[in-house]
Amino acid sequence: MTAAASTTATKPARRGWAFLAPTILPGFGTAFGFTLAYLCLIVLIPLGHMALRAADVGWDRFWAITLAPRVLHAFYVSFGCALAAALINAVFGLVVAWVLVRYRFPGRRIIDAMVDLPFALPTSVAGIALTAIYAPNGWIGALAKAAGFKIAFTPLGIVIALVFVGMPFIVRTVEPVLQDLDAEVEEAAASLGATRWQTFTKVLLPTILPALITGVALAFARGVGEYGSVIFIAGNIPAVSEIVPLLIVARLEQYDYAGATVIATAMMGVSFLMLLGINFLQRWTRSRHAR
Amino acid sequence: MRLALIGLAILFLAAFLALPLVAVFSQALAKGVGAFLKGLADPDALSAIRLTLTIAAIAVPLNLVFGVAASWAIAKFNFRGKSLLLALIDLPFSVSPVISGLVYVLLFGLHGSFGPWLRDHGVQIIFAVPGVVMATVFVTFPFVARELIPLMQEQGVEDEEAAIVLGASGWQTFRLVTLPNIRWGLLYGVLLCNARAMGEFGAVSVVSGHIRGKTNTMPLHVEILYNEYNFVAAFAVASLLALLALVTLAAKAALEWRFADQIAAAKR
Repeated sequence: MTAAASTTATKPARRGWAFLAPTILPGFGTAFGFTLAYLCLIVLIPLGHMALRAADVGWDRFWAITLAPRVLHAFYVSFGCALAAALINAVFGLVVAWVLVRYRFPGRRIIDAMVDLPFALPTSVAGIALTAIYAPNGWIGALAKAAGFKIAFTPLGIVIALVFVGMPFIVRTVEPVLQDLDAEVEEAAASLGATRWQTFTKVLLPTILPALITGVALAFARGVGEYGSVIFIAGNIPAVSEIVPLLIVARLEQYDYAGATVIATAMMGVSFLMLLGINFLQRWTRSRHAR
Repeated sequence: MRLALIGLAILFLAAFLALPLVAVFSQALAKGVGAFLKGLADPDALSAIRLTLTIAAIAVPLNLVFGVAASWAIAKFNFRGKSLLLALIDLPFSVSPVISGLVYVLLFGLHGSFGPWLRDHGVQIIFAVPGVVMATVFVTFPFVARELIPLMQEQGVEDEEAAIVLGASGWQTFRLVTLPNIRWGLLYGVLLCNARAMGEFGAVSVVSGHIRGKTNTMPLHVEILYNEYNFVAAFAVASLLALLALVTLAAKAALEWRFADQIAAAKR
């Protein structure tokens, strides 16, 4: 490929099908070959192999495992909590992004840098820290206990952990769009008599919405698969606060490879379908906005 | 309105970001500096620290080489199926960490497809260091490539084409022209890759087998100590990891402020 790439350089672009566009730069063959080989070895073959192992289990057993009440409930908890956390983050993440982009105040840069903490902090550290805070004897957990409810060791605790994990996704995807947004547009809306709320819903939101949906999708996808930060705070009570990744680990620990494989494959399938749906929703909002 | 929004944002971030950090350090020092240091000087803790550093020292360079190769191919050339390749490179981001470990157990574990063969040849991958390295490589796979691809795409191919026309070899072009252009973006990617490599929990937890002193990384050691109700030691090790996270964030912010134009589209 390298040789072909360098000899076609001086000729005008050939018509018809060509894998590589003409160029004088060398090294495509090596770089592309290495990339593809490494990608296959590390990611594609192991993932494909898992899908094959799931297929080996057989159709009937696949559904018997997936539709067992305990597994179904774990799916419900994982996807429900991830969705709740992503929606909470959509509101607060938007506020944080707005404040960081539009306002100048002391400490803004430090806060801006801190937003990425959930990316940088190992999940097990986040897990035990959040549990220490929200357990009934923790700083906030004690307040909740006095008010008569529990946070840690309930699905609410899972949502808290997933809000922590997903927050930077929303802020970082919305921020660049807000930066590009001209304050003049809002001023124009305001001077034409729009109320603040109208300006927000009719002018700002349609522009931000595609980015916001992307952020929500990223946070949601991360939340569904999250393990480390959740298992400490969840309490892991079967059919109450047990998440799918934990179920996979539990099956593996019992040497139930078929069970673990089936649940994992089902989870990837559902996540994939949801992301596809979100992608669709995004195109729809974008085309609606373009009109 | 303005003050209310700033207040709301700060309150939210204080509750969700600052409070956990404060909790880690205050719990680590809850029984004094002596207990804190004792938790860290424990042989199992020291071996966990050593293993974590070793794994990062293997996984990060591997993904660095991959990141450079992938971004060279993707950013400097036009070929069919490029967007598919881009999507596949991002794939590990949307896979649950637990599944990232599981896929290797299914390949190399005792009941895995290659398990019996490996056992007969005396090679152990799962519940041993090689498995931990593989899981870490999987999880940190896209980091460097993701930072470099947009940056190199933005920089275009004119510089490299000029070097080639003037008679430089491919390697000279890369070393003397491309590398200086991307060095800060490269460092940025390595920084993020390293933070995740040292902090990965779920994937590593599945393949490691939690053998103290052997296959226990720092994040796993935190879990073991915590489950044994040894809270001070757990938070002591956790505070080291939290410190690593803070250093990473500081270095990242410094890079963004000083070399914003040279890491460009990299900020996601």
